[in-house]
Amino acid sequence: MKAVCWYGKEKLSVETVPDPQILNPRDAIIKVTSTAICGSDLHLYNNMIPTMAKGDILGHEFMGEVVETGSGVSNLKVGDRVIVPFTIACGNCFFCRKELWSLCDNSNPNARLAETFFGYATSGLFGYSHLTGGYSGGQAEYVRVPYADVGPFKVPDELSDEQVLFLTDIFPTGYMAAENCQIEPGDTVAIWGCGPVGQFAIKSAYLLGAERVIAIDHVPERLAMARIEGKAETINYEDVEDLHETLKEMTGGIGPDSCMDAVGLESHGTNLSASYDWIKNKTGLATDRLHVLRQAIFSCRKGGTVSVPGVYGGLLDKVPFGAFMQKGLTMKTGQTHVMRYLPTLLNHIQNGDIDPSFVITHRIKLSEAPNYYDIFEKKKDDCIKVFMKPDDLFDSTSTHVH
Amino acid sequence: MATAESALDPNSRNERLWRDSYETEVSEESKNAFKQSAKHSHHVSEKNVSEPERIISGIGGGALAAYGFSRGDLLGVGLIGVGALLLQRGVRGYCDVYNAVGINTAEKENMTSVKASAAVKVEKSFTINAPAEKIYSFWRKLENLPRFMLHLESVTETDQTHSHWVAKAPLGTTVEWDAEIVSDVPNNMISWRSAENSQINNAGSVWFKQAPGGRGTIVKVNLNYEPPAGKIGAAIAWLTGEEPSVQVQEDLRRFKQLMETDENATIKGQSTGRAKSTTKFDVNGD
Repeated sequence: MKAVCWYGKEKLSVETVPDPQILNPRDAIIKVTSTAICGSDLHLYNNMIPTMAKGDILGHEFMGEVVETGSGVSNLKVGDRVIVPFTIACGNCFFCRKELWSLCDNSNPNARLAETFFGYATSGLFGYSHLTGGYSGGQAEYVRVPYADVGPFKVPDELSDEQVLFLTDIFPTGYMAAENCQIEPGDTVAIWGCGPVGQFAIKSAYLLGAERVIAIDHVPERLAMARIEGKAETINYEDVEDLHETLKEMTGGIGPDSCMDAVGLESHGTNLSASYDWIKNKTGLATDRLHVLRQAIFSCRKGGTVSVPGVYGGLLDKVPFGAFMQKGLTMKTGQTHVMRYLPTLLNHIQNGDIDPSFVITHRIKLSEAPNYYDIFEKKKDDCIKVFMKPDDLFDSTSTHVH
Repeated sequence: MATAESALDPNSRNERLWRDSYETEVSEESKNAFKQSAKHSHHVSEKNVSEPERIISGIGGGALAAYGFSRGDLLGVGLIGVGALLLQRGVRGYCDVYNAVGINTAEKENMTSVKASAAVKVEKSFTINAPAEKIYSFWRKLENLPRFMLHLESVTETDQTHSHWVAKAPLGTTVEWDAEIVSDVPNNMISWRSAENSQINNAGSVWFKQAPGGRGTIVKVNLNYEPPAGKIGAAIAWLTGEEPSVQVQEDLRRFKQLMETDENATIKGQSTGRAKSTTKFDVNGD
């Protein structure tokens, strides 16, 4: 089969690799009908996430058709059309039972490695480094899906791939981020980052009852999407002298009730080693790498909530923890517990509350992926979201350059 | 096999051993349950690295890790790991290798330090979301053990209390020994020890206790053993990633997976864009 393989920083290629096999009784094999490039894939593209290995298959947003099931999978049958959550979860550990699916105790075969980084291991993820299990991902023609009796979620035929694909990650991620804002009636939510997750967070904040959403970015087409699609008020941070004062002024002096960092480590980099950080502190070297998180904490109103869907991997410098403590803030974060949100969000799609395909700007063949990683990374051609189909399933008449 | 009834026979030998090893832990309130384990962890917290050595270890470790990080390649990741271990050794003043080989450079300055004993001691706990009955009976069928203890090749039960163990050793060799079950309290604990003059003298116990709040069962393993090549052998094993405590931890992790999910998480055999399915990052690699 064809698959998008990682060979180093900005080095991807579409390779012919062996078709995946059932390895465990609870596995299934999915024939991919649609997949996508996620903003968090760019962290891998830029080699910002440790423990990537040459030849790793990327991709964690994918859906398709069940073509084979292991002996332990009884809820799926060949031919079922499913979306596959990017989080891999066993369904029976303490964490899965609490619906903390992305914290599953059993699905990461590299738990020991993850423990050295985080104290405890988090769940396996598709196509996202060996720290989260080293599972081959979904930017491929076929994928092996472990614990297939837990993750894959059947979707109705009347909804198109474009409408349901983002249930795998960015829609629930934006939704959980909005839920983590603990929105109450009358609330204003400020969201840093108008990438795909930010866009879904804007819509989700309204679905969860926010009065106002203020979206912050510097990419004009992303701000335009936030305004037109998301009905958010927008701020281009490059156009304002003092973002904090601007937010304060826009909220009658009280500040946003909740502030969301939908940017994460990439825009300002990150550091991944405790020892490195230790040395850096000792020698007085400082980096300025979590600009957004600092701003979100600083600008949040007293007693408000900071929600962090943005990905972080290591240690942070100069977090304004005094402001955080003195203002009595709450912070909520984590990888998305995708399975928890699927019935609710599918319902919203079926009711016409949201059509997740609004975020797609580019529709391409799988074999074009490496080039479009570059376009997405450099935000060329007003790229916000790249939707892909395996070459043989690609219908050129549906190609649409926005 | 020593059933609950025979174990409770005051005249039986098992009962005496059961009292020795079990009574203090189980017959009292749960707050005392892991009294024995507290002694062990106390031992682990002692310092065995001297002050000047700690400083050198800490600075060197930090610098090594920083260099490793700056490389940004695979070797770099390794250097970060080694650096972090040295750093940790400096901060904690405790070195697992020193403990394994019975060295204590801090002893002169800290006369209360416990000298590392002859045997390697390991103690690990996991909470498993399953009833004690299921966990105990899987474990009690000793022939199941190689399914999650990867260093074991086979366990053969010769009668109800005796068994023959074959374990993998370096360079494709094996070591074998006979063991007997010393105590067996269904759904509560099993303890065992090797026959006299075994290739590996070892003794251990596994305890099953109900976890609070419906979380299942806490499984705790205590293991003492003298490795074949003595303590130096254990130190070499530690350097090659087969440190006993890590081995027991990973065995228990696989056991938890089996009990909770009926399989072991793996990527061995998956398709990738390289010749091998796993990489050197993968704990359970090819």
